[in-house]
Amino acid sequence: MKLLELLGYFNYWVFAIILTVGLYAVISKTNLIKKLIGLSIFQSAVFLMYITMDKVEGGTAPIIQAGVKDQIFSNPLPQVLILTAIVVGVSTLALGLAMVVRISECYGTIEENEILDAD
Amino acid sequence: MIFIFAVFLLTLLVITAIAIVRTKNLFVAVMLTSIFSLLMAANFFILDAADVALTEAAVGAGVTTVIFLCALALTGDREKSREGGRWVARGTVGVLALLIIYATFDKPRLGDPMAPVHQHVAPWYLEKTPEYIDIPNVVTAILSSFRGYDTLGEVFVVFAACIGVLFILSVPPPRKKPAMVEKNSGLRHHLIPQVVGRLLIPFIVLFGLYTQFHGEYGPGGGFQAGAIIATGVILYALLEGESKALRAVPRSVLLGMVVGGALLYGGVGLACMLMGGTFLEYSVLSSDPVWGQHLGILLIEAGVGMAVCGALLSIFHAFAARESLS
Repeated sequence: MKLLELLGYFNYWVFAIILTVGLYAVISKTNLIKKLIGLSIFQSAVFLMYITMDKVEGGTAPIIQAGVKDQIFSNPLPQVLILTAIVVGVSTLALGLAMVVRISECYGTIEENEILDAD
Repeated sequence: MIFIFAVFLLTLLVITAIAIVRTKNLFVAVMLTSIFSLLMAANFFILDAADVALTEAAVGAGVTTVIFLCALALTGDREKSREGGRWVARGTVGVLALLIIYATFDKPRLGDPMAPVHQHVAPWYLEKTPEYIDIPNVVTAILSSFRGYDTLGEVFVVFAACIGVLFILSVPPPRKKPAMVEKNSGLRHHLIPQVVGRLLIPFIVLFGLYTQFHGEYGPGGGFQAGAIIATGVILYALLEGESKALRAVPRSVLLGMVVGGALLYGGVGLACMLMGGTFLEYSVLSSDPVWGQHLGILLIEAGVGMAVCGALLSIFHAFAARESLS
């Protein structure tokens, strides 16, 4: 019982680890594409946290079935927020990549320290 | 049983994330990102978020990977190693991870029905959806009706990001290299991708349309459908070459879809105002308020689907066209 209770937090621990792994890539890598990959890992970690919160014990996906009474549904609200956030995430990521492509064309490199040296 | 599977998937997720950050080859990192997204989608599904899983699988594993690969083709796929400062960063994120893990002990346990998040507006949505909107999928009901303003904003963000990418990548490149000999041939000379791809594309697009129009009854909706149809067309472009895909769905049509989708969404809102309601109050669209809601949701989901599909494809073509320019 005690172990199972601890495992109930496992999703949040994974969230914490993935979040910091993404953050590590953002702050320590100099390659701009690697930074963006890190940023999208960071973003996925936040999605995982929201979706973890929506789970209700014994619940099912929030789609109402005709004729079935007393169903438990998981919380639909975090799902709505994250569903739209995923699509917005890919569009903003594309915007970032477009800027990296332009930087690469102007400087001939996408390593941050080399760009700073060139300036 | 499912619980053990979830722990297994989450552990794989952590391993993949660390591998992505550690590898020096950006091509490998991007392919691992695709796997990461697929694992994430499986996790979402286990956590009862079918709609989100569908979106993550189509967007994360499909579109994101292709856009990353297009960008890599323009910038190079090797990451240079760098000296010093690494341990400071590792120490900082390590401490941060421990702090967050410490904080999680204050959070309600996974699946706790008494968690604060389940006490606020969510029960009201679940209770009132059959009465006000009468569609089975509560996620779609909230997305397009109860929180319609929010979704309108998201569609405009996608629209703005698409316009931004097109502007940034339409500037002519500073110095032109000699044109490549092999231009836009796609994978035409590879037999297996050709045969498999040709078989798959019609079904991918069909499934996208199903997700679009069945979104009120099952998992799905405009966002998922737009992404799935976009992946179908991108697969066609990869197989047959970009110019052939542009001949099938020209750029002007794509731009029309982005603008038209956003306009359709906003237009439905304005139509509601003209018919005596407030902005995006679909109930006034028909004499029966529930029918009005159905009509409104159908229209704005179509708008979302068009806008998302058009935006993702325009972004893909903008990157791919850059490749043949420079």
